[in-house]
Amino acid sequence: MNIYVLMKRTFDTEEKISVSGGKIAEDGAEFIINPYDEYAIEEAIQLKDAHGGEVTVVSVGDEETEKQLRTALAMGADKAVLINIEDDVDMTDEFSIAKILSEYLKDKDADLIIGGNVAIDGGSGQVAPRVADYLNIPYVTTITSIKIDGEKVEIVRDVEGDSETIETSLPLLVTAQQGLNDPRYPSLPGIMKAKKKPLDEIELDDLNLEEDDVEPKTETVEIYLPPAKEAGRILEGEVDDQVKELVQLLRTEAKVV
Amino acid sequence: MSKKVLVLAETREGSLRNVSFEAIAAGKMIADGGEVISVLIGNGITDVVNELVAYGADRVITVEDAKLEQYSSDGFSQALLAVIEQENPEGIVMGHTSLGKDLSPKLASRLNSGLVSDVTAIEADGDSPKFIRPIYSGKAFEKKVIKDGLTFITIRPNNIPALEKEDGRSGDVSSVSVDITDLRTIIKEVVRKATDGVDLSEAKVIVAGGRGVKSEDGFKPLKELADLLGGAVGASRGACDADYCDYSLQIGQTGKVVTPDLYIACGISGAIQHMAGMSNSKVIVAINKDPEANIFKVADYGIVGDLFDVVPLLIEEFKKVKVS
Ligand SMILES: Cc1cc2nc3c(=O)[nH]c(=O)nc-3n(C[C@H](O)[C@H](O)[C@H](O)COP(=O)(O)OP(=O)(O)OC[C@H]3O[C@@H](n4cnc5c(N)ncnc54)[C@H](O)[C@@H]3O)c2cc1C
Ligand SMILES: Cc1cc2nc3c(=O)[nH]c(=O)nc-3n(C[C@H](O)[C@H](O)[C@H](O)COP(=O)(O)OP(=O)(O)OC[C@H]3O[C@@H](n4cnc5c(N)ncnc54)[C@H](O)[C@@H]3O)c2cc1C
Repeated sequence: MNIYVLMKRTFDTEEKISVSGGKIAEDGAEFIINPYDEYAIEEAIQLKDAHGGEVTVVSVGDEETEKQLRTALAMGADKAVLINIEDDVDMTDEFSIAKILSEYLKDKDADLIIGGNVAIDGGSGQVAPRVADYLNIPYVTTITSIKIDGEKVEIVRDVEGDSETIETSLPLLVTAQQGLNDPRYPSLPGIMKAKKKPLDEIELDDLNLEEDDVEPKTETVEIYLPPAKEAGRILEGEVDDQVKELVQLLRTEAKVV
Repeated sequence: MSKKVLVLAETREGSLRNVSFEAIAAGKMIADGGEVISVLIGNGITDVVNELVAYGADRVITVEDAKLEQYSSDGFSQALLAVIEQENPEGIVMGHTSLGKDLSPKLASRLNSGLVSDVTAIEADGDSPKFIRPIYSGKAFEKKVIKDGLTFITIRPNNIPALEKEDGRSGDVSSVSVDITDLRTIIKEVVRKATDGVDLSEAKVIVAGGRGVKSEDGFKPLKELADLLGGAVGASRGACDADYCDYSLQIGQTGKVVTPDLYIACGISGAIQHMAGMSNSKVIVAINKDPEANIFKVADYGIVGDLFDVVPLLIEEFKKVKVS
């Protein structure tokens, strides 16, 4: 099976986020593989182990993205491809990224493409379904289980807590939801092997794309932090009094009950 | 300049979800005096059309077919594309719900348009409306515009208020028929675990429990408090993973994103993935025995203490003030 994983390098949003010069400040920030893409990589490796084939991890990013791609290789992916847009493109949006990925994937005869259901920084959840539409293949989002039997695929997906069993077929794109699996940590031998695995770097030119072809359709005009919340009030005194005071505050000050 | 805007209505077990009305309100902001048309897709669903008009839809278009009884991205996009072809709208609004998240990117790709997802507020005073959306797991916000072409957004439930219901309003209702073909994904089974009673994503009050609740039984007082306040029970991943409650109650990045008027977090530490789902709540109360717990950073009011003492006392106190 020819499996592709869409991987985004993201900010670790568990870390402190600050804004400078109208942008999220990158210095000192931690970068990680988008957690939902870790599930995607893990699932791809497990499916390859079960059905044979090859796992290629693709990311649109910059030079720094090599690090996360190496981690994916260390987990067990066979190949990595970095589509480095640093020198070619100033601004992007979901359309741009999806278009670049689609142009790369269109002649790859992928049986299965796995992405994350959402990137924890950008948070739109648009990229993967856009890619599927572009490639004219079916897609299923927020999956928690996938079973493949020949061309036939049975999937369980999470729908706001309900679960749906879906029948579909390859070629297919799916997006990973938490619960799909437990992503492995790269092992030491894995890390050693990863150094020798192919990590190709390509640019827009190699995809016959010009900057104009991927010009974003939306534009961010401002980025800001939420207004600092006034420090909450920690109530004091005996528990009974705290509870009385809380109910009072909710009724008269906050007026929510 | 006024625009014609299509808004998608969403039903759940035969009733309209609130986000359908919120989408109408958002549609009006974008329409700037233009027409707002609710689109209702399904099978045997037309008895709710008047409600859409009462909440401000100028017209309602229904698309009904046996193949649309259940959602599929192929079926619903074919239905919407037929309506779009007929109406040529300049704007589209849907909920950032499971359905909207799945469908909107495909439609945007079909229409070769931009899409702003998960919008929580709209600034519509100038020429092109600006859309505000949370990013970085809710730790920051961005303001976006759509450069040209279709104005296409999805809205986070419970953030943009619906318009006042006006029962006497009238609006034209028509239908579009579509030949739905080639569904490539088929739903074989749906296991509904979602709560009885109040829909979490639309609840005005949520009492949520975490690993600190310690057992399935531990959720009982939380449920009692929620019932008393006309709200719903929610949970952290920690509580779901420990099997104290069902995953359908999970709030956060992976679970439901909620914006109630009042969120009472009991025995929840306040991990970023949890906060991504609730930090926009209007008033947050935290009950935790650890004074250093992260949840106190977003709480408006905090009680440092054992939830098994505090919650029963809260129930008693609310009962008292309700009677008086
Ligand atoms: C190099 C680079 C430069 C950027 N420059 C700008 C800029 O100038 N202005 C601006 O506003 N934004 C910029 N962005 C942000 C970019 O536009 C968004 O990341 C993009 O629109 C994806 O949206 P999202 O984060 O909501 O992802 P989602 O749609 O939420 O992601 C869902 C899934 O899609 C896949 N996916 C998403 N992104 C990628 C990717 N890059 N590679 C492979 N798979 C992916 C993953 O599987 C992911 O889990 C830049 C991003 C990158 C990587
Ligand atoms: C990719 C990814 C996605 C995730 N998505 C989500 C998500 O959507 N939602 C989510 O919630 N989590 C999510 N998580 C998990 C998240 O990181 C945390 O692990 C989880 O939220 C912790 O749950 P908790 O607060 O209940 O448990 P804990 O962190 O264990 O906290 C329990 C708290 O209870 C307090 N406590 C204990 N006993 C009592 C008592 N008797 N009275 C009062 N307080 C008490 C303790 O002081 C503590 O603060 C995700 C993680 C990952 C990696």
